[in-house]
Amino acid sequence: MVVSVEGLTVALPEGADRAFAVEDVTLSVAAGEVLCVVGESGSGKSVTANAVIGLLPDGVEPVAGRIVMDGRDLLTLPDAERRAMRGRDIAMVFQEPMTALNPLMRIGDQISEVFEAHDALSARERRARALTLVEEVGLPDPEKILRAYPFQLSGGQRQRVMIAMALALEPKLLIADEPTTALDVTTQAQILRLVGDLQSKRGMAVLFITHDIGVVAEIADRVTVMRYGRVVEEGQAGQVIAAATHPYTQALIAAVPSLIPPPPRELPVVPPALTVEGLSKTFRSGGGFFAKAREVRAVNDVSFKLRRGETLGIVGESGSGKSTAGRCIVRLMEPDDGSLHLGDADWGALESSALRAERHRVQMVFQDPYASLNPRSRIARILTEGPVANGTSWERALARAQELLEIVGLDSGALDRYPHEFSGGQRQRIGIARALALEPEVLVADEAVSALDVSVQAQVLTLLRDLRDRLNLSLIFITHDLCVAAQVCDRILVMRHGRVVEMGTTAEVFAAPRHEYTRALLDAIPGWSAESPLRRAFAQQAGAAE
Amino acid sequence: MKIARYILSRFAKAIVVLLGIVVLNFCLIHAAPGDPAAVMAGEAGAADEIFLQQLREKFGLDQPFHVQLWNYVSGILQFDLGYSYRQEAPVLDLILDRLPATLLLTGSAFFISIGLGILAGAMAAVRVGSWADTAITTLALLFYATPLFWVALMGILLFSVQLGWLPAFGMETVGGGYTGFARWLDIAHHLILPALTLGLFFTAIYTRMARASMLETSGEDFVKTARAKGLTEGKITRRHVMRNAMLPVVTLAGLQAGQIVGGAVLTETVFAWPGIGRLMFDALLQRDYNLLLGVFLISSAMVLLFNLITDLIYLIVDPRIELAK
Repeated sequence: MVVSVEGLTVALPEGADRAFAVEDVTLSVAAGEVLCVVGESGSGKSVTANAVIGLLPDGVEPVAGRIVMDGRDLLTLPDAERRAMRGRDIAMVFQEPMTALNPLMRIGDQISEVFEAHDALSARERRARALTLVEEVGLPDPEKILRAYPFQLSGGQRQRVMIAMALALEPKLLIADEPTTALDVTTQAQILRLVGDLQSKRGMAVLFITHDIGVVAEIADRVTVMRYGRVVEEGQAGQVIAAATHPYTQALIAAVPSLIPPPPRELPVVPPALTVEGLSKTFRSGGGFFAKAREVRAVNDVSFKLRRGETLGIVGESGSGKSTAGRCIVRLMEPDDGSLHLGDADWGALESSALRAERHRVQMVFQDPYASLNPRSRIARILTEGPVANGTSWERALARAQELLEIVGLDSGALDRYPHEFSGGQRQRIGIARALALEPEVLVADEAVSALDVSVQAQVLTLLRDLRDRLNLSLIFITHDLCVAAQVCDRILVMRHGRVVEMGTTAEVFAAPRHEYTRALLDAIPGWSAESPLRRAFAQQAGAAE
Repeated sequence: MKIARYILSRFAKAIVVLLGIVVLNFCLIHAAPGDPAAVMAGEAGAADEIFLQQLREKFGLDQPFHVQLWNYVSGILQFDLGYSYRQEAPVLDLILDRLPATLLLTGSAFFISIGLGILAGAMAAVRVGSWADTAITTLALLFYATPLFWVALMGILLFSVQLGWLPAFGMETVGGGYTGFARWLDIAHHLILPALTLGLFFTAIYTRMARASMLETSGEDFVKTARAKGLTEGKITRRHVMRNAMLPVVTLAGLQAGQIVGGAVLTETVFAWPGIGRLMFDALLQRDYNLLLGVFLISSAMVLLFNLITDLIYLIVDPRIELAK
């Protein structure tokens, strides 16, 4: 075993919502093995990883157990020795590549710094090693990358740099804390492949933290499932996915949105709720006395019809223009070109006060349930503000707010509370209730479930499906996640570089994608290859259901 | 090349802004009550209408407003700031005579405040919660809350009157007759008290800013990355935390530059420092329009210059700020 964690208990500072972040956790990783620690937020998976490398935040202290590496208990080592092990014996890659690199330092210097921290090599050798490392992680034009600053690199490239940095001193253990969560699906697939390749080439032990069962199915040799700070199940990855014994693991796997879409619904033939034609939006930045502005065509000639009661998924990676399209449709952003019609009404032509009077007809649910509700407003105010502004009496709006809370599955006691008193999933329900309060004809949900844990995500998706059926909502569902789209959408529209590359019914798009980009997107989803245990598990489930 | 073009473009914009300021100042001053001819005539003891009319004709005050404005602006475009009839000298000469003293005072105060502020802020942040942190934060709050002139007066009382360490006023020892290096030492000796007085208020602001910014930066992901590399805490602070934490301080310093020039008026008056602050104070009391406008113009130019310098520093320390492509 490269490292074994034995009965680790980590205490949280006083006043936290529970006494221990993790309790009695035991796990181990052997050389050449990938151990996935999987769990939802608050499961203690990251705390365990940080305890191993010795980067727990102040006040969060291990109080029992051992972490053994090379026959020594890391928890009893003096600070200086633990520091010396970081980077040399244990290295770590973090979740957020956009912020994990120093923005003011060149990439080359940041990689060389690893050698410097351990007094390894001369300055010239450090540079040469940095170059080979950058090549090894598959970055194009290594010389240029070394001279670049982080902001000049994409998220995927930055994560490769982080991996290069982690590999610099050939550590025995690599800890990867959700390293692909912040990345697009195609980039994620590349990074997972890279980690797998490097791991088998070097025979490292890899401790891989993730919330994504798909990722587990893709790369794990063994898996440890955590919940509320405790290990609930562990075993060979294939076995655990195929035949989980603990109910939580079973629930977690069942909550994974399946890539196999549910059977299509019959929709009545009615005139479209929303007609979008030739929608375009170009962003210009910079420019001045002597300079020409830079132009990005974020949305380029997008056309589609949304039928009444239909859910249309707009799927694409970051930069595809899907969110911009959504914002233009809600008219939070002015399109440069194209027309928008709600039924027969020219929604795109409305201006100022006329637009404000009609705004209730198209509403939006935002991605971040933490940032999209005013933290200083009580829920009652959040839910009634819109209707009152549209002329409803306060009493009626409040009564309606109570109904809405019930519809989205919350207690009406929520009215007197503030957003911070709710969990992420509850806030997203409030966000949905807020949008519904205005009785919109079209609801645009922009990555509405992306920030949520998979079990909460499943609940919110069920809610959205339920609302769609009950209220006959016309829904535009913007997402980067094809699995999620498969679960709720009647039709799917795939966007890339601002353009529509494919549109069709969900079943068509998934069974026989016409465009190669759609195929690439589908192939990149972790854990759904033909021989994957996850696919087998879902196929079995579907078989049993029939 | 890009830098040269950037600076050129900034200068072009600065000139437009300055011209706007000139016109605005001119209008403001002429809208203010008080007739300079009346003040002058009053001092001459002959305030009859004929004499007033003569004074107005002599100084062009009888011409229509727009003609006066045009004359003034076209003069400025030829580097002619007009003539001060009170001091009987060209305004530009008066200002250039005093400008070095003000630049010395404000420049010293600027660098003292940034240097001391960052140092104290960093010290407090590194030992957050310790007695040193408490002491630094309390002192910063104290200096931030104390009016500048009071600090100046107390400084004089303590260091000049009681202890006799530092001179109480002026820029050079009267009749000292120092030359060369000895003269510079003498000026530096005179500079300490006014520069510290002016700088302390801003030191307090930068200390608080630097401390807060350091604390915020220490929580950033890249600091954790640095720790994961096995770097020592000292290196992490100097290389990763400090540099990033200084960005907001530099921004603030640029914004505060105008206030330092404003504070200089007060400091120069208390310490009898022969800079343009004093000149402005006197011009104001004497309704010396041309001189006042000249001082306004120069101080505006100084603020614009400080801002440009800040932006250039920013360009050097933050690679993300791209020059217009």
